[in-house]
Amino acid sequence: MTLKEVQEQIIEEFEIYEDWMDKYNYLIELSQGLPALDHKYKTREYIIDGCQSKVWLYAEMDGNIIRYTADSDAIITKGIVALLIKVMSGRSPEEIKDADLFFIDRIGLKDNLSPTRANGLFSMVKQMKLYALAYFTKQQKL
Amino acid sequence: MLDVNKIRNDFPALDQMVYGQPLVYFDNGATTLKPTVVVDTLKEIYSKRNSNVHRGIHYLSLRMTEEYEEARKRVRKFINAGSDREIIFTSGTTASINTISSTFGEEFVKEGDEILISAMEHHSNIVPWQILAKRKSAILKVIPMNDKGEIVMEKLDDLMHEGTRILAINHVSNALGTINPVKEIIQKAHKENIPVLLDGAQAIPHGIVDVQDLDCDFYVFSGHKVYGPNGIGVLYGKEEWLEKLPPWQGGGDMVEKVSFEKTIYADLPFKFEAGTANYPGAVGLAKALDYIDTLGKDRITAYEKELLNYATSRLSGIDGLKIFGTAANKISIVSFLLEGIHQEDTGMILDKMGLALRTGTHCAEPVMTRFGIDGTVRASLVFYNTIEEIDRLYEGLIKLKQMFK
Repeated sequence: MTLKEVQEQIIEEFEIYEDWMDKYNYLIELSQGLPALDHKYKTREYIIDGCQSKVWLYAEMDGNIIRYTADSDAIITKGIVALLIKVMSGRSPEEIKDADLFFIDRIGLKDNLSPTRANGLFSMVKQMKLYALAYFTKQQKL
Repeated sequence: MLDVNKIRNDFPALDQMVYGQPLVYFDNGATTLKPTVVVDTLKEIYSKRNSNVHRGIHYLSLRMTEEYEEARKRVRKFINAGSDREIIFTSGTTASINTISSTFGEEFVKEGDEILISAMEHHSNIVPWQILAKRKSAILKVIPMNDKGEIVMEKLDDLMHEGTRILAINHVSNALGTINPVKEIIQKAHKENIPVLLDGAQAIPHGIVDVQDLDCDFYVFSGHKVYGPNGIGVLYGKEEWLEKLPPWQGGGDMVEKVSFEKTIYADLPFKFEAGTANYPGAVGLAKALDYIDTLGKDRITAYEKELLNYATSRLSGIDGLKIFGTAANKISIVSFLLEGIHQEDTGMILDKMGLALRTGTHCAEPVMTRFGIDGTVRASLVFYNTIEEIDRLYEGLIKLKQMFK
């Protein structure tokens, strides 16, 4: 699936939930399905600075693609993290670094991901793209 | 008895839906809503009466100056200060504390001296003193609290000695709701010749402040937490202290005479009010204080006590809910956590149920560290809140627990 397609699929999934509570229940469900982050990465070094909940993010190259794993100590945040990983993980650094994440607005999570909000999620998107940019730059040099 | 339904009509913000639910506003500790009379006053000033104070000789300026100085008198009366000269208008609690940490610090604090604060301070009553301590190579000391969130008074005695220059402590804790025994603390400090600054940001809206009775040397608070406008605050200081302190910021209005060789500073209170005063804010604040006095401080205190008792007993009945801050003497703040559920999750879900609560450290990180937690969920209630709203919080929390099972 392309970056665009996977986002459209998420938007479709969310469209069936009219009620906010159902949306959040779905995010809780998603959080439970997020593959576990290796404990050794749950350290200060991999933490994304946010005001309230903690988010840890790890990235590694697997051939030509980046694989992300992450965790959070708050469930809703972890659900949103799971969404971001679903969209971004397994793509090339070049694709990720310029990714247009239009799904955030469309599923009504803009409040959760806006840069003014005091949590780590906006920083998480930024950090994912920074990893991609770093890997991309490295690829260009080879 | 307060007629809460009637009072609620004075706060149009209460009458709105969020996410399809009637709003429950329990974030009063962060900022209170504004009664119509305050909003109307600001609107009238900006649309009809606006003119800079203390400078003009024309009609509007003279009238505005009168209103501004009346507002000062109004504040003096509200906190029962001895003189108008002791009431300085600032931009808020933080600015008031910084004024004292800078000026008092400059004049009276030297290398090796100690500054005493408590373990339950808001960052605004920690950081300015840290900056001062660093600047003067002084030492910041902290009075501990017990598990209920009360000051350990015996430790206070040990921490005060000859080298202690000032004691800065909150009247009421914003994170826990504790009302500190400040009168007793001040008496103890004065015996050791230590002046006391009280951070009254959370105490002032609950109508429990009498600076002469407390005998505090400085008292500071913000307008926006007492139903007044943003950007206005108060620094009360005993005249004898304010006379001894140098000005903080230089500029217009705080001077008597200026030449390039020498400037003579204006008298109190203007010495500490550099630049164009926030006269709309001051007049709006005076209106808010009028409003509170119309309702009656005693009636407010009694009703808010009722809200606190009801909220405490209702929330305590929820399995796995822990309240942080169980002091014997509290204002209507309930800080809590649900076992196994992050405060951010709780806050986000409650928000979608139309309930506005604060989550996080409440700008009092050391308080959270003291209890070994990252943060709490805080319901801060005031006189326009109701028993029914507390029931909605209770029901919301029960539903939320189901979601996270």
